[in-house]
Amino acid sequence: MGIDLMFYLIISIFPNSSASVRWITATPALQGDQHDCSHRLTLIGWNMSEDSIQLYQKRIPIYPRSIEGRFRNLKTGVMVLAYAVYFLLPWLRWERPDAPDQAVLYDLPGRHFYIFGLTVQVQDIFWLAGVLIIFAILLFFVTGLAGRVWCGYFCFQTLWTDLFIMIEHWVQGERPARIRLDRKSWNREKWIKKGATYGLWLLVAFWTGLTFTMYWVDAPTLVVDMLLGRASYAAYFTTFFLTATTFVMAGLAREQVCIYMCPYARFQSAMFDHDTLIISYDAKKGEGSEGRAKAYRGQRTPEERKAKGFGECIDCGHCVLVCPMGIDIRDGLQYQCISCALCIDACEHDLVNYTSENALNGRKTQFLRPKTVGYGVILAAATAILTWSVLTRAPYTGTVEQIRQPLYTQLSDGGIRNAYEVKLNNKLTEPMTVGIHIEGLPGATLDMDGMERIELAPQERIKLLARVQIPPIEGSKVVGDKVTFVIESLEGATAKAIRQEVPFHAPAGS
Amino acid sequence: MSDNKLNVRQQSGAVQTTGHAWDGDLQEYNNPLPRWWLWCFYGTVVFSILYWFIYPSWPVGQTWLKGFGTVDYTITDKKTNKVEEREQRWNTRALLLADLGEAANNEQRKAMLAKVRVANYDQIAKDPKMMEFVRSVGKGLFGDNCAACHGRGGQGVVGMYPNLTDDDWLWGGSMDKIHETLAQGRMGFMPAFEGVLKSEQLDEVAAYVLTLSGEAKPSATSERGKEIFHGQIGGCYYCHGADAKGVPSQGAANLTDKIWAIADVPAQKTLEDKTAVLKTFIANGVNNTRVMPAWKGRLNDDDIKLLAVYVHQLGGAK
Repeated sequence: MGIDLMFYLIISIFPNSSASVRWITATPALQGDQHDCSHRLTLIGWNMSEDSIQLYQKRIPIYPRSIEGRFRNLKTGVMVLAYAVYFLLPWLRWERPDAPDQAVLYDLPGRHFYIFGLTVQVQDIFWLAGVLIIFAILLFFVTGLAGRVWCGYFCFQTLWTDLFIMIEHWVQGERPARIRLDRKSWNREKWIKKGATYGLWLLVAFWTGLTFTMYWVDAPTLVVDMLLGRASYAAYFTTFFLTATTFVMAGLAREQVCIYMCPYARFQSAMFDHDTLIISYDAKKGEGSEGRAKAYRGQRTPEERKAKGFGECIDCGHCVLVCPMGIDIRDGLQYQCISCALCIDACEHDLVNYTSENALNGRKTQFLRPKTVGYGVILAAATAILTWSVLTRAPYTGTVEQIRQPLYTQLSDGGIRNAYEVKLNNKLTEPMTVGIHIEGLPGATLDMDGMERIELAPQERIKLLARVQIPPIEGSKVVGDKVTFVIESLEGATAKAIRQEVPFHAPAGS
Repeated sequence: MSDNKLNVRQQSGAVQTTGHAWDGDLQEYNNPLPRWWLWCFYGTVVFSILYWFIYPSWPVGQTWLKGFGTVDYTITDKKTNKVEEREQRWNTRALLLADLGEAANNEQRKAMLAKVRVANYDQIAKDPKMMEFVRSVGKGLFGDNCAACHGRGGQGVVGMYPNLTDDDWLWGGSMDKIHETLAQGRMGFMPAFEGVLKSEQLDEVAAYVLTLSGEAKPSATSERGKEIFHGQIGGCYYCHGADAKGVPSQGAANLTDKIWAIADVPAQKTLEDKTAVLKTFIANGVNNTRVMPAWKGRLNDDDIKLLAVYVHQLGGAK
């Protein structure tokens, strides 16, 4: 989000100057607005006389109309669920002895991620790579199958913009009222309504930022500290930064984030094929042979329209009015479309639908294709491997390294000693007892100053010194050059013993 | 030329001119700097002036403007352990010291050091956390102060500096004795026997000493050497003891074990060579080249304590 904001700032401070942006206005605007150009942005390159070239297009405000329907309900459902998880999760407690009691806590200074019953240690951070791989493949899989589902229903940009539009709608009223309010000069009503909208946005943005910060520190403590002005600089900065980005992205930038800034929005088109579900206007049905036409007298009934060659589309413009991206779905599949499906809800004539390019051309849509099956298999495999790795994680780790300076020590009785460093880490949030012994070197004894059996505090890491000693070598007897350390859990955890074979050095020719 | 692109732009009002006209129709476009650029530029001017006041900036003759900015930091005197608050004009070295002083690791280190300071040697040896701390800090201290002679791992150099990793201690291997050695220093000494003993007698003593640790089998020569060793002529037993096991209070070596600190006997292949190398040392003695300096006064008490524990565990902690 930080990079997103920077892009936005760069776009904002380079008005009329960025020569690399070649936008010109072309498509007639169907959104109500007062701009002279009355055009929507479309990228088509250099064209026309020079004075019509706009290197930077000022944002044309979009006033989406509210709509009721199947997909609106689905979107609201996803939103409620996502917000319930995001805003409430940091408040969930989870009892852990000797560790933080927050159910989900990413404790960076303590180098531990707590996720319910799972404690992720630094050395387990590769799971994050697994999670990222799964998310990436899931995106490929879903997008290949059903288009920009992520953008339309789940992306936080969509969710927060949706919420901000709802607030706007609640305070200022429906689309015409909002347009009217914007055109008005600044009177008392406008000040109050605009102020209330911005104030509520700011409140939501602040709570969004604060909630994000709660995932990294103890939530109740943070809220109190925040109010008393004694939270850490990082906490204030994170909260402020996310408040600012949420406000700017969801309140002011909105669809521009998807159109100009978001790389996912663009590269998802690369995952589309002829069988991918897209939201499309049924042009055959809607346009007929003579195109769409308003339902004036004499062209109202289906029979009359058929006789005149008009399609079923009465050009009511509802599909355009509800669109949060400000596009006309009847122009075909466009890169701006986030597949939110609100135009499906809006069309009373059932002319906009989830379909595929093949279906539009009268062929069957194939859901089982090498691409979807391939992504599905990779997704299942990655999920299985990650699950297996998490479920079979060791409750503790132990490693042994030889101290190589000196390689060996000659003792007064003629025996030979090697020294090792043993690193132990209790990964549990409970104490455990670990026992260490050696195998595989005849006559060798282990000396750890009584720490051969050691109790480890919850999540304790410790380095111990181990000395392995063999009696004097008689004659030309061959000494083994390896010794195996066996580190086993004696109390507090059940796990397979860790066995590590390390070199044992003795003087040559002795 | 009059209806070219430029004039179209000019007529459409896209670009203003300065208002002057030369030679009839020669005009100059007015393309002012973008406002945001101009304000950034003014910003840098203001910034640089503020900078001169806060940070070191302009050279002035032999000196320079030092700025009013300061850095506060605390510094611990290595010898006295006294913590001193200091304030300096702004500079990055003081800034680094301030950062290091405030680091979380430094707080942990101080807490552990306070624990080690009050604990006795037995308590330290039995506490895994304290030993971990001693090994970690001790490694640095040893590297800075001891490794120059004793080697990075404490393995020493035969004939020069004792090996600290074995279980043989010339001056005693308890933590208290090691502490004493560190604090007060030691001076190893063995008189030269050249002139006192004849060459054959030196050979005989060397042969006897080799039998003590099993390097050679007893022979008629070694028997004669034994008489010299334990008799009035040689008088070796004064320092090395009647059992030849050394006397730690004298720093006299144990001659019955397998460890050779001065004469590199194990490196010699034949008995003649072993005898020869040993004979050289008996003849010449060990004079004041084997000096361990006293560290009290050079290192503070904490560091000496840490080093005593560290060296003790290097040698097997027995």
